[in-house]
Amino acid sequence: MGILEVKGVGKRFGGLQALGNVNLSVEENTVHAIIGPNGAGKSTLLNCLVGKLIPDTGSVMFDGQSVLGRKPHEINQMGISRVFQTPEIFGDLTVMENMLIPCFAKRDGAFRMHAFEQVFHEKELIEKAEQMLDDVNMLDKRNMHSASMSRGDKRRLEMAMCLVQEPKLLLLDEPTAGMARADTNNTIDLLKEIKQKRDITMCIIEHDMHVVFSLAERITVLAQGTPLVEDTPENIKGNPKVQEAYLGESQH
Amino acid sequence: MTDQTQNPSVAAKPARATKTAAPSRGIFGLNAKDTTLLIIVAILTMLAPFILNPFPEGSDLAQFNAGYPDLMQRFVIFGIFAIGFNILFGLTGYLSFGHAAFLGVGSYAAIWMMKLLTLNVIPAIIMSIVFAGLFALFVGFISLRRSGIYFSILTLAFAQMSYALAYSVLTPITGGETGLQLKSTDSPLLSNLAPGEIGRANLFGIDMRTSYELAVGDWLFTFNAGYYIAALVMLIGFYVSIRIFRSPFGMMLRAVKSNQQRMNYTGLNSKPYTLAAFVISGMYAGLAGGLMVAMDTQVGPERMFWTASGEVVLMAILGGVGTLIGPVLGAGLIKYMENIISKINSTILHDWFAFLPDGLEDAVVFILYPFIGKGWHLTLGIVFMLVVIFLPGGLVEGGQRIARLFRRKKSDDAAKTPAE
Amino acid sequence: MDAIILQTLNGLDKGSAYALIALGLTLIFGTLGVVNFAHGALFMIGAFCAVTLQRILSLSHEVIDESRKDFLGNPLKVDIPYMHEWLGPDLGQAVINWSVPLAILFSIPIMIAVGYAMERGLIKHFYKRPHADQILVTFGLAIVLQEIIKYFFGANPIPTPAPPAFNGSFDFGVLIGADPFTIMYPYWRLVYFAFAMILIAAVFAFLQFTTFGMVVRAGMADRETVGLLGINIDKRFTVMFAIAACVAGLAGVMYTPINSPNYHMGMDFLVLSFVVVVVGGMGSLPGAVLAGFLLGILESFASMAEVIDIIPGINQIIIYLVAIVILLTRPRGLMGRKGVMEE
Repeated sequence: MGILEVKGVGKRFGGLQALGNVNLSVEENTVHAIIGPNGAGKSTLLNCLVGKLIPDTGSVMFDGQSVLGRKPHEINQMGISRVFQTPEIFGDLTVMENMLIPCFAKRDGAFRMHAFEQVFHEKELIEKAEQMLDDVNMLDKRNMHSASMSRGDKRRLEMAMCLVQEPKLLLLDEPTAGMARADTNNTIDLLKEIKQKRDITMCIIEHDMHVVFSLAERITVLAQGTPLVEDTPENIKGNPKVQEAYLGESQH
Repeated sequence: MTDQTQNPSVAAKPARATKTAAPSRGIFGLNAKDTTLLIIVAILTMLAPFILNPFPEGSDLAQFNAGYPDLMQRFVIFGIFAIGFNILFGLTGYLSFGHAAFLGVGSYAAIWMMKLLTLNVIPAIIMSIVFAGLFALFVGFISLRRSGIYFSILTLAFAQMSYALAYSVLTPITGGETGLQLKSTDSPLLSNLAPGEIGRANLFGIDMRTSYELAVGDWLFTFNAGYYIAALVMLIGFYVSIRIFRSPFGMMLRAVKSNQQRMNYTGLNSKPYTLAAFVISGMYAGLAGGLMVAMDTQVGPERMFWTASGEVVLMAILGGVGTLIGPVLGAGLIKYMENIISKINSTILHDWFAFLPDGLEDAVVFILYPFIGKGWHLTLGIVFMLVVIFLPGGLVEGGQRIARLFRRKKSDDAAKTPAE
Repeated sequence: MDAIILQTLNGLDKGSAYALIALGLTLIFGTLGVVNFAHGALFMIGAFCAVTLQRILSLSHEVIDESRKDFLGNPLKVDIPYMHEWLGPDLGQAVINWSVPLAILFSIPIMIAVGYAMERGLIKHFYKRPHADQILVTFGLAIVLQEIIKYFFGANPIPTPAPPAFNGSFDFGVLIGADPFTIMYPYWRLVYFAFAMILIAAVFAFLQFTTFGMVVRAGMADRETVGLLGINIDKRFTVMFAIAACVAGLAGVMYTPINSPNYHMGMDFLVLSFVVVVVGGMGSLPGAVLAGFLLGILESFASMAEVIDIIPGINQIIIYLVAIVILLTRPRGLMGRKGVMEE
């Protein structure tokens, strides 16, 4: 029984069957990658996991509870954090404030009317946020206006914001999309480091094979809305079906 | 940037030694900078009768004196209105074009308390806050289902509906076009009025209209009970708004403005946060409405018209939206312009420019004439446009830019002299 | 039955005005992505073009008429309009009487100039700023424009009559077989409705059948792609702004005989027109027209005595009520496109 169990999930958009019968099981404390060519339904699947879309059929169980019909913030409170394809951070706020918001969300839940307390009295949370910033080597940028940072820094900040919540499952939507090779490698190192330091389950959607094979312990290949195969990276590399559907055309 | 973007917990602290050093705790649970701001505002409002009356009676410039009770009361009351509006628009970015409705509801609630229960202003003001808050809860609950311009139009529609209803169907409650005043026929339960006596608003026996006049040489200063009570309420309102700005709640509101998607995926429900901000700012508007009634014991439906909602938008933007002090400055400036500029007429202009040669004098007066007297709205419109175009942070940003200019000059000078 | 027809007719002229203003608003929004709170001011400027032309045409000078005496026996002084002198009393008077329709020609160049100046001088700098900033700066502009008009024309409404040929009412009842004098409809309102229909048709035809219009429509749908084709969209959008200004101005010109223009008429109509645009769906041209007429007619029905008896005050709030209901049930308005203004 994995921490995330997707069973028979399907989703139609008008005449387009974006997802057919998708089954997926993500084991606790593993890095699971979902790969597939463009239009395979990766993003649709991800959106079904975080409450942005509601699948037409099937069930999505996380940690023994169904996530279907829940709002994104409720799903996050269950322990799923999401990193977006383009970094989504609070651009008007400082780096430190960006870090404190998930800390408050973790401690106080989805809504709390703490209008008369003062942020600077929350020493515990500030310390926790600083610790996390230190872990991703961003402590010196704590007072920076986050919108003015480089894209790579924004990505790191977003990951730090997700990790400081100590999620049980971290979903990453093409974390290296549009990055230069060096940045991609940095991100891989960062993710490896994160994995080493704490127990965390990661689910990565990616079509950069280099990233996938550097990180993933299990891989699900998605094609035309249905899972083609699920296996270890070694077996996936040698699988002729996958070669044909996907790898062949992407290896230049 | 504006003062709200600097978080107190992280502003201007050295990167090292932060983990142990607690921020210096000022009085009222504010940090040193905010405490200073609050104290300065308190001193200014308390000394306003002096500060706003700098010119001796009977001098040419006496008409620029703003230290008379009626105007000073309006400064602080609209200050409260603008502070509240700023909590919504400044923090969450939701632009309400219907805030005057809450002001109106507060006013009606207050006058009914004074008609029925007591002429003491305290229950009236409390009721105005409660009713405005409830109404804001209703309007906000519906309007906040949409964002952007749709939200603006929804709030506008609610306010215009309130205005139209107050004007027509609700006449038994609102007095229709003529509005409501205290009358000799009113007999508040807890106030003993002689038959035929028209009640006057008071605070535990202190009549709101009581004034003490102090003549110093040619100067005349008026200290009005109503003003000081309103000013005290504004200071409390200002203090509460500082607390909200610096609270986790305030930070969440800024998160709403910045990125709602990220907020929701961070496990926070942005709806109740926004609604809470909407209700709080509606309560501020109701408080302002209640205070207005406490001062002049009358109310009319025009208080809810959309131009009144537009006015508070102007105030907040002009002063500096999203800053603490900006809305108060904006409210003061607009009310000052309204009262003072509209009083200037061509004779006064001619007096001022009498030192110029005749032809030039006429030319200057001719150019300036459209901007004064009844044309003060033109001046307001132009100033407002200039602020939106060149100074999106309002007067506060203007002040900061000037301050920075001076600081740079100083540091340039310092750079020239060898370091210690 | 009669009452229903009468109210429908009554709703048409107000609906026409809403539709014309809303059409320009939504055109500007769809093309330039700008929320223009000064659009009502353009309507007002149009109306005051008519007032100005009427005043120009009525300019007169004093002449001593020796043939007539006043009560003291002195020669009578009379004002003779220049038009009478130049064109003869009959034609001259006719020109003065027809000043409102003539103002259409007079106002077109003015409105184009105003629209062009507004777009190039101010709005252009706000394309990339948030919608709230656009609302605020155009709101300021609207205040400035209305105050300028107030300075020159005063605060009171200025009666601007229609040509005498259109005085009186058209007995609509006879036409459809009802009793005479049951459904009376002023001729000028009929003219206004017809004028509005022609104007709306012209705008749609222009967008539908000219290459220029095609590019603009493509630009409304997807600005970036059209830009990539190497077509200078901005220039065309400027022209569209001038056209929208023109439509609003002409709506104002022809509206003057229905309601005497005053300096705040622009704001009065703007608030309602905005509601109309939002109800129709931001950026949807047919939506604006449909919602304009719909709300105009609804407003007219709600002012029937029978309706007010049942729901007091409904005539005052019906438009806002409908707007709230539509916005809550159809977030994008009646005919709005997906993804417009949903940030």
